[in-house]
Amino acid sequence: MPRAGSHRLGQQRLLALFAAGLLALNFPLLVLWDHAVYIAGLPLFPAALFGIWALLIAVLGGLIEAQPD
Amino acid sequence: MLSPSLVIGASLAYLLLLFGVAAWGDRRAAAGRSVVGNAWAYALSMAVYCTAWTYFGSVGRAATTGVWFLPIYLGPTLAMVLAWTVLRKMIRIARRWRLTSIADFVASRYGKSPMLAGLVTLITVVGIVPYIALQLKAIATGYGLLTGPSGGGDGLGSAGLWWQDGTFYAALLLAGFTMMFGTRHLDSTERHEGMVAAIAFESLVKLLAFLAVGVFVTWGMFGGPRDLFERVAAQPDLARLLTLGGDGGGTAFAWGQWFALTLLSMLSVIFLPRQFQVIVVENVDERHLKRAAWVFPLYLWLINLFVLPIAFGGLLFFGSATDADAFVLSLPLAQGALWLALAAFIGGLSAATGMIIVEAIAVSTMVCNDLVMPVLLRTRRFRSRHGGDLTRLLLAIRRAAILGILLLGYVYFHLAGEAYALVSIGLISFAAVAQFAPAALGGMYWKGGTRRGALAGLLAGFVLWAYTLMLPSIAKSGWFPDAFLLHGPWGLALLKPEALFGLTGLDGLTHSLFWSLLANVGAYVGVSLWRAPSALEASQAALFVDVGDAAHAGPAFWRGRASVAELLPLAERFLGAARARRLFAEWARLTGAARVEDIRADAAFVQYVEAQLAGAIGSASARVLVSSSVQEEPLALDDVMRILDEATQLRAHSRALEAQRASLQRATEELRAANEQLKSLDRLKDDFMSSVTHELRTPLTSIRALSEMMADDPAMAADQRQQFLGIIVAETERLSRLVNQVLDLARIESGHADWADEDVDLAAVVRQAAGSMAEALREQGCTLTLDLAEPVPPLRADADRLTQVVLNLLGNAAKFVPRPGGEIRVTLRHDADAVRVAVQDNGPGVPPGDRARIFDKFHQAGDAASRPGGTGLGLPISRQIVEHFGGSIRLRHDTGQGACFEFRLPWQPSIEQPAEQHHSPGDKR
Repeated sequence: MPRAGSHRLGQQRLLALFAAGLLALNFPLLVLWDHAVYIAGLPLFPAALFGIWALLIAVLGGLIEAQPD
Repeated sequence: MLSPSLVIGASLAYLLLLFGVAAWGDRRAAAGRSVVGNAWAYALSMAVYCTAWTYFGSVGRAATTGVWFLPIYLGPTLAMVLAWTVLRKMIRIARRWRLTSIADFVASRYGKSPMLAGLVTLITVVGIVPYIALQLKAIATGYGLLTGPSGGGDGLGSAGLWWQDGTFYAALLLAGFTMMFGTRHLDSTERHEGMVAAIAFESLVKLLAFLAVGVFVTWGMFGGPRDLFERVAAQPDLARLLTLGGDGGGTAFAWGQWFALTLLSMLSVIFLPRQFQVIVVENVDERHLKRAAWVFPLYLWLINLFVLPIAFGGLLFFGSATDADAFVLSLPLAQGALWLALAAFIGGLSAATGMIIVEAIAVSTMVCNDLVMPVLLRTRRFRSRHGGDLTRLLLAIRRAAILGILLLGYVYFHLAGEAYALVSIGLISFAAVAQFAPAALGGMYWKGGTRRGALAGLLAGFVLWAYTLMLPSIAKSGWFPDAFLLHGPWGLALLKPEALFGLTGLDGLTHSLFWSLLANVGAYVGVSLWRAPSALEASQAALFVDVGDAAHAGPAFWRGRASVAELLPLAERFLGAARARRLFAEWARLTGAARVEDIRADAAFVQYVEAQLAGAIGSASARVLVSSSVQEEPLALDDVMRILDEATQLRAHSRALEAQRASLQRATEELRAANEQLKSLDRLKDDFMSSVTHELRTPLTSIRALSEMMADDPAMAADQRQQFLGIIVAETERLSRLVNQVLDLARIESGHADWADEDVDLAAVVRQAAGSMAEALREQGCTLTLDLAEPVPPLRADADRLTQVVLNLLGNAAKFVPRPGGEIRVTLRHDADAVRVAVQDNGPGVPPGDRARIFDKFHQAGDAASRPGGTGLGLPISRQIVEHFGGSIRLRHDTGQGACFEFRLPWQPSIEQPAEQHHSPGDKR
């Protein structure tokens, strides 16, 4: 049944995104951004946090809107 | 400074506007044109998560600890990633069983236990009251700042006596507002559309106000973010906040705390009473979750975007982080932007009132259904008062509860408000509601969880939360000596609340969260596994875990005798007469009963009535009421298992039936297709027969006519007789050729032909065929050219059959070329895949109308009068032969004048065959 199949696949994608988000926004991956560097005048660490966050939201939007009802 | 009357006037005007929005929402809902029935309003209403704590507290936290305000918003984002899986299931369960609060949710899952509902409610009240106090404090502080001397006022006269305190009246006002919109209808599953509209509106206001302040600070006070952060970078003390280790002087970054905050907020965004209310209870359509799941995180992202700029703007401007909680107001004020400051205050007011309204509604429902109702149902006087509409009483209880909660919040604010920073109060509440997570989430996915387990888990978690987090925070407020904090109770260092059993190295919150959740989950799982669940627990577990979708109602777990006459008065008492009648009529319509009185009071109906009652008074109380009104037979665990088995079998049967139906349909389709094919084959056979007889008759006719003429006229001249005999012989030859070809074709088509499998040199085949035709061609003045790319690798095929093909094509060409002056050219080419032989002539070519049918049996191009003799079977036979070897034959259109037939034989027939089976119809002559 293709409907049920795509349904399950979509759920698995969301689950994977959850894991990816949890990893990217915690130790130790966050340390990668911890430098006293300014990019275009913005401090790297907060900018990276907001960037990862925005990316997470964008991917979430794309995935969840494509879910069958 | 602003005058108090202006601030109060603006606040009142704003509340009035809110009132207008809510009234409009309710009116639209009554008219059936819901304003909140869309995903955007749903997402905005979720943003009630952002309270005054976000609005003011985030900046304060950022000013002292850097990025540490963020985990509180990252957690909800991660929770929303799972919304489609977890929250959707929650919404389905709550809708199916008309659950109206988190207390009801947990209690209903574990056998509709009143004790569990009461415990959850109690934890909620204890945990939430400080949070409400926090909102009042934010309003009071903001007001003081706007009207008092700069640098932080002392609230709405909070130093004075309580009846002179403006905050007291603000609390009363908010209580009145909440009653107005929260307790209009009794059934809480009937959504508070006006309230949701007002909350969505408030979410917009607070976002816009905060963004306005952010833009003002970033571009108005500084030259944009680059300028701002350049100045921050110039001060090492401040710049340190922008990196890790921002928490207190260069020590290692507290990863545990970061993760704990993320986890905590992830759970809170679901289990805070107000979040459960807007996400689950107020949900109109579960599909809205799809949009809200990313719009709500986007909202959080936006409202946090300017937290760092405002915090650092304040730090740079004021030079210290004292009163950083008020930077949102004090920065515009200090710059003389009074209107912006007022707008910022309204934004904060928005955040605070939104939270208070929804939280008070949610908690009042819990208090009414899960604390007051069970007690009332036990009192004899209440039970003996039969008949009479109780809906008014219920509404009064809820209103009283709302007032009580707000007054409690006020008292807490009055007593402890000044003691603690905003952020820590909020986190204490978060940690309290996080205790619901194991019982609620476990109950949704694990059938083994029992009432005892949930009770034990909740109790253990709550006690540890109170001991390790609540108590220390009270002690730090100076209400009682904090000696037990430093040395442990009775000097037992192992029991120090903030270093329980000697666990150090964690901050207070993480420490408390770790111990309370550990004890909670441990007790929940451990005690659940200790004893088997009761029948009611097992049946509820099955209903929750396998909730399925809206189309499949679960099995009904009930046995006994009931009647509409017993249930209708019961429903009328708690739902109101009109509503109860409507619900019963709805059930009658669904089950096909003519009248309400004709409803068969079976298990499904009793369950339906109980669910409706649960919407009004909670599932635990509804269970008590129904069981006391009808004659029930208690279900044993075995019965539950049997009913579950039956339901499973029923589902399996219906699935099997469905599969069978589908396969039947498929078989019917196949039969129909086969029938069609047979019919068309039959038609083809008829056509073939008529063609064959027609083709046989033509020579027969001429043979018969000539023989008769010769028989009738014995005196016929010898030369004429000779001519006639010649014709007869030719026609006879044609006849036998025809019969041979028909037999040949029939043998090939039926698969009975003998095929040789030998190495064939195709060039030799072509040359041999050309040789046998050469004489005839020369006689009709036709030139034959061979263009063979030699050497040709050997091909596994039947040489005689292939010769037949080439002869057919050559004979065909010879019939159509002009005489004299005919030209025929045979080309042989080969590549890695296949070998191609083309026969090109300079005749008239194939008329476009005939191209499609050129390979059909007995079809001959041109009209009957002009076409040369032939059987019309040459090309079909050629095609059969070529296809037998996995090749294809076609008429080429791209060679200009004349006709050009080309056949192609692959070296590897087995691979090529499938692709070659489908010729495009345009390729036939």
